[in-house]
Amino acid sequence: MAENVKVNVHHLTRVEGHGNIVVDVRDGSIERCELEIVETPRFFEAMLRGRPYHQASHITSRICGICAIGHATASLRASERALQVELSEQTKLLRKLAFHGEMLDSHILHVYMLIAPDFLDVGSVIPLATSHPDVVLRALRMKKFSGDLCEAIVGRHTHPIAMTVGGFTHFPSREDLERMRERAVELVADVDATVELFGTLPWPTFERETEYVALVHPDEYGFIDGMIGSTDGHELPISAYRTVTNERLSPHSTAKHAAFNRDSYMVGALARYNLKHEHLHPRAKEAAAHLGLEAPCYRPYMNSAAQVVEIVHCVDDVLLLIDTLLERGVEWEEPAPITLSPGARGVGACDVPRGILFHEYQIGENGLIEEANCIIPTGQNLGNIDLDLRALVPTLLDQSEAEITHKLEMLVRAYDPCISCSTHFLDVEFVGK
Amino acid sequence: MSNKPKIAFFDFTSCEGCQLTVIDALQTHLGLLDLVEIVQFREAMTEKGEDYQIAFVEGSCTRKSDEDRLRQIRNQADVVVALGACAHLGGINSMKNRWTIENVQTYVYGQNGKEAYESYPARPISAVVQVDAVIPGCPIDRFEFLRIVQQMLQGRKPKLPDYPLCVECKLAENACLNTLGKPCLGPITRAGCDAICPTYGDGCEGCRGWHPEANFEHMREILRGHGLSEEDIDARFTMFNHYQMEHMGEDSPLKPEAVLSRNEALPSSDFAAPQEAD
Repeated sequence: MAENVKVNVHHLTRVEGHGNIVVDVRDGSIERCELEIVETPRFFEAMLRGRPYHQASHITSRICGICAIGHATASLRASERALQVELSEQTKLLRKLAFHGEMLDSHILHVYMLIAPDFLDVGSVIPLATSHPDVVLRALRMKKFSGDLCEAIVGRHTHPIAMTVGGFTHFPSREDLERMRERAVELVADVDATVELFGTLPWPTFERETEYVALVHPDEYGFIDGMIGSTDGHELPISAYRTVTNERLSPHSTAKHAAFNRDSYMVGALARYNLKHEHLHPRAKEAAAHLGLEAPCYRPYMNSAAQVVEIVHCVDDVLLLIDTLLERGVEWEEPAPITLSPGARGVGACDVPRGILFHEYQIGENGLIEEANCIIPTGQNLGNIDLDLRALVPTLLDQSEAEITHKLEMLVRAYDPCISCSTHFLDVEFVGK
Repeated sequence: MSNKPKIAFFDFTSCEGCQLTVIDALQTHLGLLDLVEIVQFREAMTEKGEDYQIAFVEGSCTRKSDEDRLRQIRNQADVVVALGACAHLGGINSMKNRWTIENVQTYVYGQNGKEAYESYPARPISAVVQVDAVIPGCPIDRFEFLRIVQQMLQGRKPKLPDYPLCVECKLAENACLNTLGKPCLGPITRAGCDAICPTYGDGCEGCRGWHPEANFEHMREILRGHGLSEEDIDARFTMFNHYQMEHMGEDSPLKPEAVLSRNEALPSSDFAAPQEAD
């Protein structure tokens, strides 16, 4: 292949979307180069209008079967800000614990089932079960832990039951917490083996400096609340999220794109690592060093390495959180009281596995939602993926069609846009020349 | 060579949480893979076969272009199973049926949304093709999934409980939420999930659909007794079951505003819409 390249990876069906990678190079110059997400629209924001506020977190968890706890948490924080709710310390601790369960589940699925096969010379996780059964069994053990942790706190991972505005409707027993603690301790060996495995992978070296955006906290590697931080040196309150996301309909694609200080920005594990790596737990810092991750890292493929680092961090944080809860004792608490007022607005934000997620609601004095807005991480990353593709393609033109396609798929997959999207990327088509 | 039944999974408009639940079920019941051959499961595998006898379909039908794909699946499969509330009832997606499509398109995607996003009112897949079995719930219960698959493999017709959730809630020894002053739709909802939501302290939201003898008027009385507004009660009836309530016609227990505002020109706002392209 040389002067003329046309890649058309198309029809990635998924929750919110069909996606295509479209690359068209003529006479050595790029005519088109982008990731298109043509969403199967579900209209959640429109559906929320007129619904009572207490339904919102249960409705929006249904946006995504994978990030259900993340959506529920962002939704609850939006309602709670609008309704002037002050959360108890216990509620904050339990929410963090459930959130870690989902973070682990999602990251383990992504790095083991989708990323590892690329490097271990197999097409997917199915042959991996035969060629590397120990790897697959380890992944399943780790995933089972994550799911069981979610179940202990909120009833199930998809879709969480016991999280509600102001608190919880169910509480884990001391035995539940002690059991999960024991299993977390046992899991450390699997976590170490994960770092070893991914430390041996030859991460592609492609790099492109961009802006990274994540939630930042003064004293922790946090995922819920905090401030919006940017590697371009800005720090804004969550309520100013529209200044950051600037959602636009892009002329070449039907998906909404986001841009802050530059033409695009990146959210997700690598963004979080770049912005707040100093708050990682010691073992996670060691893992980062082992994986060759060093801030600032401008290599998008390393997003998966940053996810491995977060797996280490979250397991250690689960241990700390459970210890704190065991020490305090978990008490039955009624949800914190709400205050209704006309046209009250609130923004909730969390850093879910794929990056910052925003929900904003306006709630009327009757408790019914009047306006709603949700901005998902994959939408924020689309513009950045396009620019990465544009920078990457010219460096690949001397390679075969198959190699180019594979590298582009791997790039998009590194952003972890959506599990089944990524799987479906393996359906590849080159059209013409 | 293999005589194992070939099964396939398909997704329409949904969060794919039911297929994730199937994957979770396989984690603990790997033996199922000895009994069936999975030929298509986009969320878990890349291989893709078009020769299958049992099709599990997740998601609602929300656009014209879904219909052909559904009919193709129906033509190929001996058995079509609706997997989860979206396929079974229309589910969460059908809440949007309260408004015109143009209204929801414009609200979420701005003026350009009308052309860019094909959509129509959400429907259960049974509105398009014949459905042989249903695995209800949002998401499905993994043990019920395993039980129903087992029944099908034994050549039995899967049967859903036709009694209310309250029966299972009693068996779980839960205190009745309605008597504790917390709204719960258990009395009108079909059992089968072991009352998981009330067990975790949250009232049933009706994701499994109604049981055959549901008494909506009595349910409304109970909910009024909790001090809920009529809008709040209608919102509970329609969270997963908007399509059902919409199609009950004059028998619908809903207030007209909950289902009939389709023709109303709601004031649109730019709260969620993107800025227009440069």
